[in-house]
Amino acid sequence: MNEVVISTTNLTRKFGDFTAVNNITFNVKKGEVFGFLGANGAGKTTAMKMLTGLLTPTSGNALVAGYDVYSGTEQIKKNIGYMSQKFSLYDDLTVEENIRFYGGIYGINKKELNQKIGEVIESVGLQSVRKKPVQSLPLGWKQKLAFSISILHRPKIVFLDEPTGGVDPITRREFWEKIYEISDQGITVFVTTHYMDEAEYCDRVSIMVDGRIEALNSPEELKKSYSSRSIEEIFIKLARSASRGQG
Amino acid sequence: MNTVVNISKASKSFGNVEALKEISFEVNEGELFGLIGPDGAGKTTLFRIMNTLLIPDSGSATVLGSDVVEDYKIIRPQLGYMPGRFSLYLDLTVEENIQFFASVFGTRLEENYDLVKPIYSQLEPFKNRRAGALSGGMKQKLALSCALIHKPKLLLLDEPTTGVDAVSRKEFWEMLASLKNEGITIIVSTPYMDEANLCDRVALIQKGEILQIDTPDKIVNSFKKPLFGIKSQNKYKLLQVLQNYQWTDSVHPFGEYIHYTDIRDKTSRETLDDYLHEQGISEVEIISIKPNIEDVFMALMSGEREGINE
Repeated sequence: MNEVVISTTNLTRKFGDFTAVNNITFNVKKGEVFGFLGANGAGKTTAMKMLTGLLTPTSGNALVAGYDVYSGTEQIKKNIGYMSQKFSLYDDLTVEENIRFYGGIYGINKKELNQKIGEVIESVGLQSVRKKPVQSLPLGWKQKLAFSISILHRPKIVFLDEPTGGVDPITRREFWEKIYEISDQGITVFVTTHYMDEAEYCDRVSIMVDGRIEALNSPEELKKSYSSRSIEEIFIKLARSASRGQG
Repeated sequence: MNTVVNISKASKSFGNVEALKEISFEVNEGELFGLIGPDGAGKTTLFRIMNTLLIPDSGSATVLGSDVVEDYKIIRPQLGYMPGRFSLYLDLTVEENIQFFASVFGTRLEENYDLVKPIYSQLEPFKNRRAGALSGGMKQKLALSCALIHKPKLLLLDEPTTGVDAVSRKEFWEMLASLKNEGITIIVSTPYMDEANLCDRVALIQKGEILQIDTPDKIVNSFKKPLFGIKSQNKYKLLQVLQNYQWTDSVHPFGEYIHYTDIRDKTSRETLDDYLHEQGISEVEIISIKPNIEDVFMALMSGEREGINE
């Protein structure tokens, strides 16, 4: 399958004199697990905001799930899922209420939603706490629940922004199994992480430096072309070459 | 060797949540000691007991020879504390922040400049910038400078590298190594297991309990089972096939390889290779590998105790 679900051409965003994202051009294929790496301040968040329809680019083009990032932002939002480490769930709503709330936002009808609630709760193993407020759950469970909710409406693409930060090592791996599972079902996964071992789980990895995409390939090919043993080595090498003021 | 921190059977609950369950450990003078564990392990609660902000429900703790409950006033001026959530005044400039912290502890920047110089000098070009406008890595350096400004005997760092990129993390640990050389005792917590190797000793902590406490080398050596690294093109299929194997003990993705242990006493690479071929997985690479801290942590977590020599 070679269907392209994200394609950008010279995508750029400036804030005043500062070019946060500088002419990035890349494609992501259907079902691909695409790792989006970069040091703090390299421009990842700005790029993700443009791809999710939250920020208008200064110049360049991009199509996400078939829709234009200038004119089709509402369509984009309906066709993608998004989960971030910082915010995803309502702490004072129960597990079930959170699923119902997001299902409502995505316009899933009541009958289907009732069925989905059961499915999600079972797949994450939250049967015993479905009526409990989310704040009482351990972080790892919350993250798994937030992930399941982000794909509730079967989006074409799911954007995961540091989904595993602070999570214990077993749960972190269970989380990646879920990523493989949905990629197997044809959902494209666009993921950022600070865990460099997780970069190795991706089909392809891009590394941003100073607003540009400095490297993009499969982990294997990247290691070959940089004669490195790990993505971490390459990341450190590239990120150290950054000229952007750290201040 | 002098004991700088001595925690004995400390417990602390918040409502129904047992944050710490009878935790005991000691930290020696000059050590770089790591508390390694995920969110919710109890690391922050432990820091707040050590820095005298929280009183344990039971058990006791002494820091720098003084009791954390009775003698907190003696302990506080000798501590440097960097909380996990950002602790600076965002609307003050870099210079104002450091001067503020210096004056609270009755000192001046000039007095201990030598100690903070390697870190603070990187911030000086931006000394008139508000702390809120600094990048994550720079904020972290400023917070560390502020925690050091009164030349503390003990430095408590609660998850200083969480959410920080791999380069800044590396630089931060280099700074800790040089502070250790100055003779400062450092206790640092982190959810990144690979950082354990940079500590003299670590406590692996999970759900309010210490799973193991030792030097990183000894912890790794306690993993006695043969560990295999297995790799193939289709990782997801390989993972599923291994999980369904009747002899599987543990199987965890680990970067480009999957780490695998077997419940049989003796397993050869050939046996595994044959099984994987039978299951339709081709181009398999199987190697023997050395376990790391994360392997041990996961083994302890899942109670695969037979593989661990305690």
